[in-house]
This record gives sequence, structure tokens and C-alpha cells, in this order.
Amino acid sequence: MSVTTDRRTLLRRAAAVGLVAAPGVSFLSACAGSDDNGDDTKQATGTKSADNPLGIDPKAGIEIVIFDGGLGTKYATDVDTPLYNSKWPDSKVTYSATQQVATTIKPRLNSGTAPDMINNSGSDIMDFGAIVKAGQAADLSDLFAAPSLDIAGKTVAETLVPGAVQQGTYDGKPFAVNYSFTVFGLWYNKKLFAKNNWTIPTTWADFTALLDKIKAAGITPFSYAGANASYYMVRAIMTSAAKIGTEQVLKDIDNLKPGAWTNDAVKQAAAAWGEIGKKYANPSHLGLKHTEVQLQQNQDKVAFYPCGSWLENEQAASTPAGFEYAMMALPSVTASDKLPATAINAAAGEIYFAAAKSKNPQGGKEYLRTMLSKKAALEFTKLTKSLTVVAGAADGVTISPGLTSANDALGKAGQDVFMGYLFDTWYKKLDDASREAANQLFFKGGDAQKFCDTMEAASQAVAKDSSITKFTRS
Amino acid sequence: MRHGKYPFIIGFLVVPLALYLVFVVGAYLQMFQLSLTDWSGYGGFTYIGVENFQKLWDDSVFWIALRHNLYLLIVMPIVTIALALFFAFLLNSGGKKAGGVWGSKVYRVIFFFPQLLALAIVAVIFGRVFGSDKSGMINGLLPQSWTPWLFLADERWALTCILVVLVWQAVGFYVVLFSAGMGSIAEEIYEAAALDGATKVTLFFKITLPLLWDTLQVAWVYLGIAAFDAFALVNIMSVNHGGPNNSTQVLSMQIYLNAFQNSQAGYASALGVVLFFLTLTFAALTLRVTRRDAVAA
Repeated sequence: MSVTTDRRTLLRRAAAVGLVAAPGVSFLSACAGSDDNGDDTKQATGTKSADNPLGIDPKAGIEIVIFDGGLGTKYATDVDTPLYNSKWPDSKVTYSATQQVATTIKPRLNSGTAPDMINNSGSDIMDFGAIVKAGQAADLSDLFAAPSLDIAGKTVAETLVPGAVQQGTYDGKPFAVNYSFTVFGLWYNKKLFAKNNWTIPTTWADFTALLDKIKAAGITPFSYAGANASYYMVRAIMTSAAKIGTEQVLKDIDNLKPGAWTNDAVKQAAAAWGEIGKKYANPSHLGLKHTEVQLQQNQDKVAFYPCGSWLENEQAASTPAGFEYAMMALPSVTASDKLPATAINAAAGEIYFAAAKSKNPQGGKEYLRTMLSKKAALEFTKLTKSLTVVAGAADGVTISPGLTSANDALGKAGQDVFMGYLFDTWYKKLDDASREAANQLFFKGGDAQKFCDTMEAASQAVAKDSSITKFTRS
Repeated sequence: MRHGKYPFIIGFLVVPLALYLVFVVGAYLQMFQLSLTDWSGYGGFTYIGVENFQKLWDDSVFWIALRHNLYLLIVMPIVTIALALFFAFLLNSGGKKAGGVWGSKVYRVIFFFPQLLALAIVAVIFGRVFGSDKSGMINGLLPQSWTPWLFLADERWALTCILVVLVWQAVGFYVVLFSAGMGSIAEEIYEAAALDGATKVTLFFKITLPLLWDTLQVAWVYLGIAAFDAFALVNIMSVNHGGPNNSTQVLSMQIYLNAFQNSQAGYASALGVVLFFLTLTFAALTLRVTRRDAVAA
């Protein structure tokens, strides 16, 4: 926020010396930087060998930047870096953490002094599609083809859960490691539900019947934070849409196909959730932030909260003893849903990438290879209560109750695990529109037709806008 | 010593002027350039002419934001100046000897407090004051049985909440500014008027206000510029960055969202250009319209 306050003082100064200044927009171009994208930066390289598949210079240092959020930073400082250094003792790791990723990193990308490995995450996230388009992310093909650090006989790609590489792939080339594996569902307090003999519903009728019971008990049955977490609700609506009409519905949306948002599946999902909002919403939650509503859930004032499996760790400090996180898959919306009620939306998330124009991109990739080792993945899961994309890394290890229940849900889903949608990272503008539309749908009386029409218009506006890079998936 | 004067003055001015040219004027010029490009914010760009401005013309959110800025532009200076004048007059009422209301020296300090806080902090504090459930300060003070007021979560009132904070934050500065202006009005004028039997109200409208005109004019321009901004408050306080349903959307927020979230830096620059001309026009108009001959004392 220093931008604004500085701007304010600047203005006053400017006015004081008699120069008329407009509200500062100068901060815009302050980031423009030079156009030479640092192509002439001398990049560190070494000789490729079996032991050094990415050909890094063992003496060259690397710089990494980690987002300091729900996952903390301990996994980087206490696990990944020591592990990396145990193999490359002469390579000095320069570490920093930030909560303002775009603010800190973007100017550096533009001025050609990018860190080597970046964790792009949080509310100040950089538009990764734009980064790829601008050639700022390194092609990770060689990383995924390299042998795994500690799983013998497999390449890095072969050690990952299905879809993990695909999720970071833009127009056929992988640019991102989506490291953590998130299971999405509805989260509740297992102890509260056990105490009241509330059973987990699988049909929409059972679901609303349960919400009625919860409401009668004086608890807000279902809620989310409208002020800054409406994308949790977008996720719920989209998951229901996929259950009604398969993941193809979401693929069409990602591909900006005309009519994708006015599809019957989307409409039915919006209508169902709009109805929940109309009957069970607490209007004041539109003005609350995610921490505030999550705290209310921990206090048993809110029963269901739609979220990903990072929730348990994020709330670890404020979860009381009488609270035990558990999650359920979203119930079927109609009797003719194409996916079963057990189907789960689970996706690789949390982008880590090597900058293409840094001093040592190969070193950055080597750091990623270290993170993708079984050992690092296991420690990450222990520290953050989040699964990783390294398949089976946490098998046979005691994990937290919430994560156990997410793992169970994954097991029950079997083949019906779907990745979900990518439009939120591909087209930030569409993401914004969906957040607002979800808020309108849930808190303002549930007009499903309006939701579909608004989103269809937003989607076609993006499709028509030639300045936005388009991506497709199949 | 005379011939040493200019190097001395230039020595003082050259550094600030250079900084101003590079970081303000230079940045503005670059913004004009970028408004004609499709720059995403990362890497290179190509020139696309006035396409960004055409897009802007068809952008409904731009018009909503503009309307909100105009609303702030009209209401905020009026309310702020009226309150500041009222308080300043109470603190000084009619000349130094008459003094202000009891304890006016203390009030003067208290009024200035909000000015000392960074705007971001003010926004966070008022975010809690306007909390939409019982955890909010105002709702917390209401009786338990009342349904909480939604404040920022209510489309009809969200922008007014922001306006209240803008005014709260600004009033103190103008109280001090006007107090200083009032202090410079000669004592004799008040005394003469008082001897003629003028009431305090008459003193205010016939003497204080006309003699304060120049200060008021400056205040109006400053406040107008502040009304065109409002970025920090909207960014921190509003639901979903300018929501709900764009009810708190302002131009500066649109610039920020387009530049830093939507990777549309070129388009954001076009918005910036529009904002630049709006503010310039406003300042020029204000100075022109409010110009009048110095009141003869």
C-alpha cells in the first residue's frame, strides 16, 4: 500500500510547488522498465551428466522467492534448501519470502533481474498466462524429462499424479510446476456433526434437508466470505456444473466457446446454488473476509464452508479442541448427473516456475527437481498438511484428520477425479467477473439466468479482446 | 554576495526538479506512450493506435467508475469544506481575542490526528468500524436484536461509507488550513464589525468567508484531486475490489485492476490518460470559475 500513500504525499508536494498534478497514474509506467528483457544476461551453465541432468553450474548461486501465505515458508527454508545444498554445497541459495508477489517480482522480470525460482501465489499473484506469453517463464521440458532425484528409474514427470504436468502446460509446453495437490469440497466440523447425528448427504434433497436442520439449530448452514473469497463459491458452482454435465462443460468454458456459460449444466448448478443462497445465506457475510468466516466456522457458527484442502493448515492456529476438520464431496444436483456424487474436483495448484531471463534458470529448475523429490514432498505434506503432486509420497504416513478425510474422498472418487477449470489463471478478467457474479447469485436472491448471462457476456468480451492471449485445452 | 544568488537557488532546486521530471513528468509521458500500445505488463508491446480508447468508450464499468468519481467530486469537497469551516470558525470564532470554544487548542490537535495516519491504516480501521456483522464496531454497539447494517456489503450505501472516511480523514487538515487563514484576518475588522452590532453569524458570512476565499479555492482543488483518487480506501475497504456489483468502483481502482491483475497495462494507461485530462480540466475550471477580485478590506 506504500504506493498509494507515497503518491498522496507526492501530490501534495506537487501542488505545493504550484504544479497541477492529476491523481497519480505515474506508478503505472514506473513499472514499464526497459524493453531489453535482459537477453544479454549471462546465464550460468555447466556440463550435463548423469548426476547433473540439467547441466547446472555447481558453483553458481540461485535466488528463490517464496510466497509467505497459507503454506508458510518452513518447507523451503528447513527442507528444500538444505536438501538442495546437500547435493550442491557450493551453490549458494539466496532466499526471500514475500506476500506481495507481483509487487516484488514484476519490476524485476521487466528489468531483466529476475530471481531464478519463483513461487507465484497469493492475492497479489502475477497473471501467469501473461508471463508465459512474454517469454518470462523457462520451458520445463528438460526438468520433467530428467530423472527423479530419489525415485529410481523414473523421470520427474513419471513420479507425478496424472494431470500435474498438463496443468502447467501452455500451448504444448510445460512452464509451471503446480506443486501442491488440492482437494476441493465442503468442509465441516466432524465433531459437531457427530454430536447432532447429522449424516453426510449425497443427494441435493438430503443436502437441503440437512441445511434446514442446521438452520433450525441456530447455525448458518452454508457460507463463504464475499469480500475476498468469492472464488471458493465459483469453485462450488463449477464443480456442480461438472457433475451435472461432465468436465467437458468446464473445458468449453476455458476454451471460451460461445454458449459455454449458458449451457444447461451451468444453469442448473447456478439455480441450485442460488436457491441455497436465497434460503440459507447470511447477508452480512458478503462484507466479511475469508479469515472472519472461517473463524466463525471454527466457532460452530457456520456449518459448511466450500474450500480446498489448504483450509485446515490455514486455520491450524485458531482451530479449537472441539473442532475436527472433515470434507465431503459436493452432493449430486439432479438424479441424472453424469458424474456420481462421489466425484471430486482435485487439482494441482500453487505455481512454482523458473524465470527464463534470470542469471541461473537451470539452477532454478534443479531447485524444482529437489522439491519434486519424494523426501521433500513428504516433508512438505507433514509441514503444511497439504498433499503434493508427487504421487504416493505421503502413503503410509499419519496425516492430519482433515487431510485424511480428503484423501479418503479421493479414494472413494476412484476414476472420477477431475482437474476442474483454468479460466481463472488464464483470464484474470473472467476470474474477476466470476467472483462478482457468484456473490450476486448467492447473496442477492439467486438469479441463475442473470449469472449465466453475465458470465457469457464477460467470456465473449474476453474472446473478442485481441490484446488478451488465448489458451486452449482438451 | 549578489552574484552568488543564482547558483545558490539553482543548487537547491536542481535535485528536486530532476526527481520530479524523471519520476512524475517522465512517468506521465511514458503513460501517454503506453496508452497507444497493447502492452500486457510483461515484456514487449506493439502500437495499436487509439484502440484502447475505443474499448474504453464501450466499457460499461468505466462509465460506472466515472459516475462514482463525479459523485465524490461534488459531494466530498462540499461536505469537507463545510465541516472544516464550521469547526475552524468555532475554534477561532471572530478573531484572536474572542478565542474559540472552550478547549479549542486541544481540539485543534485532535482534529489533525487523522491526517497523521497513513491512508491504508485508516482504511483498515474503518473496514472494522463498518464490519457487516456484529463484529463490526457500529453493529457491535447496536442492540443485539437488531439486524446488522451491511454498510460496505450494501450496494446502496457502500460508496457513502467510503465517502464518510474520505471526509473524516480530510477535515482535520482543512480545519488547520482555514484556522491559519482566519488567524491572518486583521483583528480590527472583527472589532469594528462587532461594535456595529454584528452577530457571529454575520461576522462569518460577511467577513471571514470573503477574506478566506483564496484558501477555499485551494482547498477545493486539493479535495477535487483527492476525489478523483480514493484508490487506497476502495482497494482495502470495498467488497471484492470495487464491489458489490461495482457500487464502489472508481477510475483509479480500474487502472489498478487492469494494469496489475488483468495484464492490460496498455488499456490501464489509456484510463490513466483520461483521468489525467479529467483532473486537469477540473483544476483549470475550478480556478477559473472561482476567480474573483480580491475583496477590499
